[in-house]
Amino acid sequence: MAAPTKDTEVGVPPAAAGRFAAFTRRMPSSTLGKHALTLLVAFVVVVLVLELTGPFRNSQFATMAYYGIAAAGLTVLTGVNGQISLGHGALMAVGAYTTGLMLAAEIPLLVTMLGAMAVTAAVGAVVGVAAARLHGPYLAGATLALAVGLPGLAIYFDHWLGGEQGMRIPSPQMPAWFSDAIYFLSATEASSAKYLAYIGWVTLLVVLFLLANLMAGRTGRVWRAVRDDEVAAELAGIPLGKVRVLAFVVSAACAGIAGAVLGIVVRLAAPSGFTIVLSLGLLTAVVVGGLGSLVGALLGSALLVFLPPFVTNVGTDIGLDNTQAAQLAPFVYGAVLVLVMLLAPSGAVGVLKKLLKKLWIGRSTRRTG
Amino acid sequence: MSDTQPAPSVFGVADVSVRFGGLVALDAVSFAVGHGKVHGVIGPNGAGKTTLFNVCCGFVRPDAGTVLRHGRPVSPRPDELAGMGIARTLQGVGLFRGLSVVENVMVGADRHRKAGFGSTLLALPRSDRDERALRERAMAALAELGADGYAARLPGSLPYPVQKRVALARALASEPDLLLLDEPASGLGHDEMTELGALIRSLTARMSVVLVEHHMDLVMSVCDKITVLDFGKVVADGTPDEVRDDPAVIDAYLGEEATHA
Repeated sequence: MAAPTKDTEVGVPPAAAGRFAAFTRRMPSSTLGKHALTLLVAFVVVVLVLELTGPFRNSQFATMAYYGIAAAGLTVLTGVNGQISLGHGALMAVGAYTTGLMLAAEIPLLVTMLGAMAVTAAVGAVVGVAAARLHGPYLAGATLALAVGLPGLAIYFDHWLGGEQGMRIPSPQMPAWFSDAIYFLSATEASSAKYLAYIGWVTLLVVLFLLANLMAGRTGRVWRAVRDDEVAAELAGIPLGKVRVLAFVVSAACAGIAGAVLGIVVRLAAPSGFTIVLSLGLLTAVVVGGLGSLVGALLGSALLVFLPPFVTNVGTDIGLDNTQAAQLAPFVYGAVLVLVMLLAPSGAVGVLKKLLKKLWIGRSTRRTG
Repeated sequence: MSDTQPAPSVFGVADVSVRFGGLVALDAVSFAVGHGKVHGVIGPNGAGKTTLFNVCCGFVRPDAGTVLRHGRPVSPRPDELAGMGIARTLQGVGLFRGLSVVENVMVGADRHRKAGFGSTLLALPRSDRDERALRERAMAALAELGADGYAARLPGSLPYPVQKRVALARALASEPDLLLLDEPASGLGHDEMTELGALIRSLTARMSVVLVEHHMDLVMSVCDKITVLDFGKVVADGTPDEVRDDPAVIDAYLGEEATHA
């Protein structure tokens, strides 16, 4: 039996719905097809952007990539499954230190990244088992303890992990095919900043692809159900504990990969790089971008990377001295956060969606009217 | 599994007692639901109806007594009920407010899923097939309750009676053989209640129903048997006609009215 189609959303005129239907008919119908196509388009955009920008911007993009990976993982945990974590910075530290140790043992980069992911996921599983029993402020407190405590291990085991000064991470060798490909593409010499930016962004796109698959399917639906009403979810046969731990493990795996990318980009893993400021920065990025949205996580991490230097530049332009200009950035960041909370609680993505919807309806009504 | 003898009961509790501190919430309560029957549990406020339901669902462990499924003692956790073919609706609606109507019902159908985490992660075709199958199940359950027109809406945007129908569709989507309804008529108008009564009767072809309800008209018209609780004790147990004229029942309800007056 065919499902009746009378459920067209209120407020959208039939013409807009028709245009949208015609548009979706041309798209692949399978989830894999849709997401693979999006991945491909995104990759082309990434190549264009990285080829059209210089080494300085390239390294900023590399930074954005690891923030984006961690923020995407966090938005799944906090936005989709409703568990807060103030400890994702510490999980990134696990990934970065694992990367350092494995690269020092001359293990190939890809294996190292997967290793960092696996080790961090395992730590995430342990934390997740505890987290599954905690709610709200208690969960925040427990993960905060993780953020404060875990980097301290590096100081305690200073012989292995380099103590306060941190552990140097060997830079991965740029393979010959990469510089050949770049030369073929844009007739430029491939810089090491560019290589790292490519590693970061290809990793980010793969992570986003996999997370988008999860969110579009059964796993994401069950995560959201547990977030919205745990008693009703339980009565539908969903084991709350397992589902929450799974979300934590997936999120931690992302933090681990983010830590690995951070490690090879920064070339150093030090306790001072993984303080509570990093964890809070990720959380605010996810909230500003739009909780529970992968695009939002991306927007949030872009803001995290590009807003501070932009504000500092504006500061010096209007005649502040360097110290004052540098202090302007956290102030503006805080102001942005407060404004988003007040004016657009669904984040940047929520605002974008509203705008697109208006545009879509506006265009089709003008055409028909 | 088919019993050769007429099955004594598909579900029941035997001598269940629950104490909260010094308060006796349930005192040696027993009832049994026959195959394809509608069993009502009624009683004044505070009689222990909700506690009894929570014992049935594993939210409250009884201090004494057992829950019986097909005559065998069980003590399921709440998340194991669906797998045993038991579905329960909640007081109020308890819908997932961030999920569309059809997604809500798909969660109800979740025990019929086949694809695992790996195939969802990689968006393999079997995950898409599984999603389509769940969606069809959900749409069928919604259609049965006349709510399929709201499939794409968020529950919060719908009138309360429609939300209650969606919640019922979510319970039916798991295809249970026992349905526990917790005050399904609360907040419904007279006509909607008549419809609900007819619906509950029509479900008995596929499942047994336990009904906790305040509305006497509904209970009397749809139930095959009724258990009356007062202060945690069973004061009457029988057909609607037997229960209606039972002095203990009249006493329990009149007593309540007297204290309310």
